[in-house]
Amino acid sequence: MPSTPAKTPRLTGEALHAGYESRRVLDGVDLAVAEGQLTVLLGPNGSGKSTLLKTLARTLTPSAGRVCLDGQDIHRRNTREVAQRLGILPQGPSAPEGLTVRQLVGMGRFPHRRLWRQDAERDARAIHAAMAYTDVAAFAERSVDALSGGQRQRCWIAMVLAQETDLILLDEPTTFLDLKVQVDLLELLSRLAHEHGRTLLLVLHDLNLAAAYADRLVMMRDGRIVTSGTPRDVFTATHLKGVFDLDARVLEDPETGSPICVPTPRRGARPSARPASPTVDRRCIS
Amino acid sequence: MLNHRVSRVAGLLLGLALVAAAFVASVMLGTTEIAPPTFAQALMHYDPSRVAHIIIHTERLPRAVIAALVGASLAIAGALMQTMTRNPLASPGILGINAGAMFFVVIAVSLLPLHTPAEYVWAALLGALVAACLVVVLSRGRQGELSPLRVVLAGVAITAMFVSFSQGLLIIDRQSFESVLYWLAGSVSGRELSLVVPLLPLFGGALLLCALLVRHANALMLGDDMVKGLGMRAGTIKLLLGLVVILLAGSSVALAGMIGFVGLIVPHMARGLFGVDHRWLLPACALLGASLLLLADVASRFLMPPQDVPVGVMTALIGTPFFIYLARSKQA
Ligand SMILES: Nc1ncnc2c1ncn2[C@@H]1O[C@H](COP(=O)(O)OP(=O)(O)O)[C@@H](O)[C@H]1O
Ligand SMILES: [Mg+2]
Repeated sequence: MPSTPAKTPRLTGEALHAGYESRRVLDGVDLAVAEGQLTVLLGPNGSGKSTLLKTLARTLTPSAGRVCLDGQDIHRRNTREVAQRLGILPQGPSAPEGLTVRQLVGMGRFPHRRLWRQDAERDARAIHAAMAYTDVAAFAERSVDALSGGQRQRCWIAMVLAQETDLILLDEPTTFLDLKVQVDLLELLSRLAHEHGRTLLLVLHDLNLAAAYADRLVMMRDGRIVTSGTPRDVFTATHLKGVFDLDARVLEDPETGSPICVPTPRRGARPSARPASPTVDRRCIS
Repeated sequence: MLNHRVSRVAGLLLGLALVAAAFVASVMLGTTEIAPPTFAQALMHYDPSRVAHIIIHTERLPRAVIAALVGASLAIAGALMQTMTRNPLASPGILGINAGAMFFVVIAVSLLPLHTPAEYVWAALLGALVAACLVVVLSRGRQGELSPLRVVLAGVAITAMFVSFSQGLLIIDRQSFESVLYWLAGSVSGRELSLVVPLLPLFGGALLLCALLVRHANALMLGDDMVKGLGMRAGTIKLLLGLVVILLAGSSVALAGMIGFVGLIVPHMARGLFGVDHRWLLPACALLGASLLLLADVASRFLMPPQDVPVGVMTALIGTPFFIYLARSKQA
């Protein structure tokens, strides 16, 4: 795990209250997204993770509090200029039937285009680089809706990468994928942060993967942040119980040292022929 | 699907050739057949003493021009509506835009002293706007999203309402009845070229605005959150594209009445051939829509000769099975 360089955060939320017509969701959230790191937002379903991400990305307007990007209120900035610095992938995006991978990735170039001034060469370079990085170039001309879940997710990430933003917010980019595909994607995303200096904020569902890949964890419940910090500090049995209402023991991966949770089944829920010791690779899903 | 740039360009050129062929066929074929040399002569050296020249100038040529213009406009309007509502069943006919424009035209013709398209096109545009607002208000969910089912239901209800209002008005006002009834079914005949010309700026303006917004239309396909994330205003884009739709559909109705199904089926054909990118899709819609309406109009002359069947009847004949097919395949 790389050490924490103390750069000033460029994206911050202060005392955020936000929600929808029918209900209030965020209830006073303060958050500073650490620069050049991979931050993971965890919390049970409905705890407001997506709402927080949308508010930080200015696609949802907070009812109180403010989001600052580079020291300026994000809602007062030109939305196109914001889109040149901050990219967001909402939860469960859907591409229309027949849209090709190349067309989708190309849409990431919107914020950099103007009617009267377009840099076609730079666009092409960015699209090419994004497709190469996410390894989707092989099926560039195929329809996005005809790909497998993992391939499709890589295409969406390629679109956000083509946007060439320093800040990248991704809402559940790995949900519904096979474990191996999730791991590959997280490797890719963590390289983005650690080798390319991008700042990433992800919502993940898988606790152990989050603990393994995150530089920082932020845990939410009922529209508030319960705790945040490095996985070692905050990924504890107490917090898992408090945030997810999950009974689990937290062990340490002997190789990497990152914490791992193993849910403890209640009496009666255990299989009758129980192995002598719990296997380490058992995953717990919130 | 045509995947490569070269094949797409070739496809568009073929489409252009199809429009040209259909246009010539529309001028030549009918109860009085006209030979190609006569057509060329009538265009270059108009001789008002020759019957064939008069037929070409007062009937065939305007008819072909209107069919091409209206066919292209309705197809583009349909494609934009399908993109905006993310609903494959959307079109100016199905969502009641045409019916709204028609009703206001009927009011203008029967209650107000407005008689040429250039005079009552404003009524048609107003009617299209009213109908569009009604659809949006009636089918909006709590989060402001347009549910696909509710949009279509609202459209059907609005269409039924405006059509019966129009019929009611016409029954009261017997004088306009004859001329307008025929046209209520959708027809491209019986207009002179000089009546079309004043409407051209409206079509031109709409197409220009549309050309400026093609990329934005592409982004709309990804959903509003994505559009905002990419630094665009989804609401503004929809408003402007809605304006394009209203201009195209309203002006079309002012010229040719209620012609259904072109706006529904052509975008699907064009998407099947050229894909979903609006930079290709919209030109393809224009070419295919123009061809379809030109050919439907030619066919309508031979359906029950010597009677001219309104072309709207013809497009309904082609379009209804397609609509049922589409509704069924999207359900599965
Ligand atoms: N568009 C919406 N309109 C109304 N309520 C919503 C909307 N999106 C989410 N909610 C509600 O807000 C709460 C928080 O949702 P969300 O932020 O999506 O949670 P999470 O991403 O953590 O699962 C939930 O109770 C959800 O039902
Ligand atoms: Mg969510």
